[in-house]
Amino acid sequence: MKSPTATKAASSDISTAGPAPKGLRPDGRGGRRIRRQLPTSPWLFAAPGLVIVAVFILYPFLSTLNNAFTDKRTLIPGEYVGLANFRELLHDDMFWIGLRNSTLYVLVVVPALVLLPLLLAMLVQKHIPGITFFRSAFYTPVVASIVVVGLIWVWMLDERGLVNAVLEAVGVGKVGFLSDQWLLLFSAMAVTVWKGLGYYMIIYLAALANVPRELHEAAAVDGAGAVRRFFSVTVPAVRSTMVLVGALSSVAAFKVFSEVYLMAGPTGGPAGEDTTLVMLVQRVGTGLTGRVGYASAISVVVFVVTVALMLLVLRADRKEDA
Amino acid sequence: MSATETTETTGTTAKSKPRRRPRVTDENGRRMPVWEIVLRYGLLLAVLALMIGPFLWQLSTSLKGPHENIFSSPPKFLPSDPTFHNYERVADTIPVWDYAFNSLKVAAANVVTNCVGATLAGYALARLRYRGRKAATIVFILAMLVPVEGIIIAQFTTMRELGLNNTLIGVLLPGCVSALNVLLMRNAFLNVPYEIEEAAFVDGANVWQRFLRIALPAVKGTLAVVAIFAFMGAWDDFLWPLIVLSDPDRFTLTIGLNYLHGTFANDERLVAAGTVIAVLPLIVLFACLQRYFFRGVGEGAVKG
Repeated sequence: MKSPTATKAASSDISTAGPAPKGLRPDGRGGRRIRRQLPTSPWLFAAPGLVIVAVFILYPFLSTLNNAFTDKRTLIPGEYVGLANFRELLHDDMFWIGLRNSTLYVLVVVPALVLLPLLLAMLVQKHIPGITFFRSAFYTPVVASIVVVGLIWVWMLDERGLVNAVLEAVGVGKVGFLSDQWLLLFSAMAVTVWKGLGYYMIIYLAALANVPRELHEAAAVDGAGAVRRFFSVTVPAVRSTMVLVGALSSVAAFKVFSEVYLMAGPTGGPAGEDTTLVMLVQRVGTGLTGRVGYASAISVVVFVVTVALMLLVLRADRKEDA
Repeated sequence: MSATETTETTGTTAKSKPRRRPRVTDENGRRMPVWEIVLRYGLLLAVLALMIGPFLWQLSTSLKGPHENIFSSPPKFLPSDPTFHNYERVADTIPVWDYAFNSLKVAAANVVTNCVGATLAGYALARLRYRGRKAATIVFILAMLVPVEGIIIAQFTTMRELGLNNTLIGVLLPGCVSALNVLLMRNAFLNVPYEIEEAAFVDGANVWQRFLRIALPAVKGTLAVVAIFAFMGAWDDFLWPLIVLSDPDRFTLTIGLNYLHGTFANDERLVAAGTVIAVLPLIVLFACLQRYFFRGVGEGAVKG
């Protein structure tokens, strides 16, 4: 995950931003006049960005799609093998483990990241003394890099770490957070949620600021309690934001790498049972014997599922509108 | 932000006691009941402990000396004899300051390239007219939608073909002008009133002059957000440097920390000191720039 999902959030607003204006001015007059003045400079302006994006994003994307149908390896160009990689995937236990873990990650992390940051945003919404401090403090895990966060929690959840020391002191006894296959995966999910809370909290804060106060007042006058007001006023008002958060967090959760890699180790925990799909891509595709073709096939599965997740979330949104 | 901040009823007469007491009010100016204030601050403090506690525990571990039991039960939060010894040891074990310097170089370069590249391209997309502008915009939108995690192997292959594997340039290049930042700057330029530029045009300013003197100063806020994200993105990145860097001499801090953790997993004091070195600059940067930060992130969310 490059940068704290922050970039991903902002991304959606551009894709949904209105169509590009036709000219410099709506009527196009100014545009025509100015265009006459211009030499080739527009392309000089756009060139650095276009070159970087074309060479390091679009070209690798296309070659990933292409490589998925080859048996390319790190130092061997390889040949077209048709769907062989995909057929192999069907019989690859590691692939199914990765798909299972990445899917499970979405199923657990997304509901938590849709709901908890909303509650947190409601908690820090009121302008009471010191609230700016609390907001910044809750944002700190977002700012900290994922490696730092991962290593902090490895130490917290260690068999001799703080969490177990506390659990032991209150009589629960030690829990093998990092040694049990499932506990390890759920611990990583908890860390993902912990790190994401502050980020989505800010998104919800902006949405809550737009909820008309009158709605709450009217509901209160009608005798609706806090819980009732939450479900019949707040939730409908921030529903589109919840969909946005759901879309962003599900795509990010499916592509999880760093948390699990750091907590479970490069091989993905006991017998590799905690491997996620992106971890598998990294493990299979790199090194001197890296199977670039096969790793690309897994990447294609990642693309397809993330696109499907986006469409699914957006469709759910449209259905409710209808 | 709503206009009613904490309204402090500072009675000018300062005689009547209840009026002098600072009152916590809700958005409507109504007084918040005491139980709600207590509940709110109670919850806030509980969440605070959950969000900040792990960082403090890490800091505390890093300051504990070699003879102090870091596994004591019940756990001890304050080091009995705080020492910076672990920070010296971390530097003896791995070249942590070199790694930090590598990260700093990449992050600083990423800020410069993203600010320059995204501003130029954003201006071209928003303000200049030429054939192919729509195509250029679509290229950036498509690039933004490509999941980076899925193309790392191909990026790695591309980088090897360019002979830039295992170099900091290789770490920098794929993200040095991010499509997202280009589109952010494009939106910022679109919001600058056209009339100002037209006036400059009438006065004979050419495109570079209009760009540098008129348009650029108007989008400083977005530029600050781009700079912050560029710095954090590069400083925090893990997966890509992990793939592109193989030589421990050239590691960035995140990769170095992972290496430290893998090699010296048993010495929590060392790992703790390493993570503190990695996270402190970011927390300081964030504390200084948090106003721009929240404004930028909030703006992004509203538009969505």
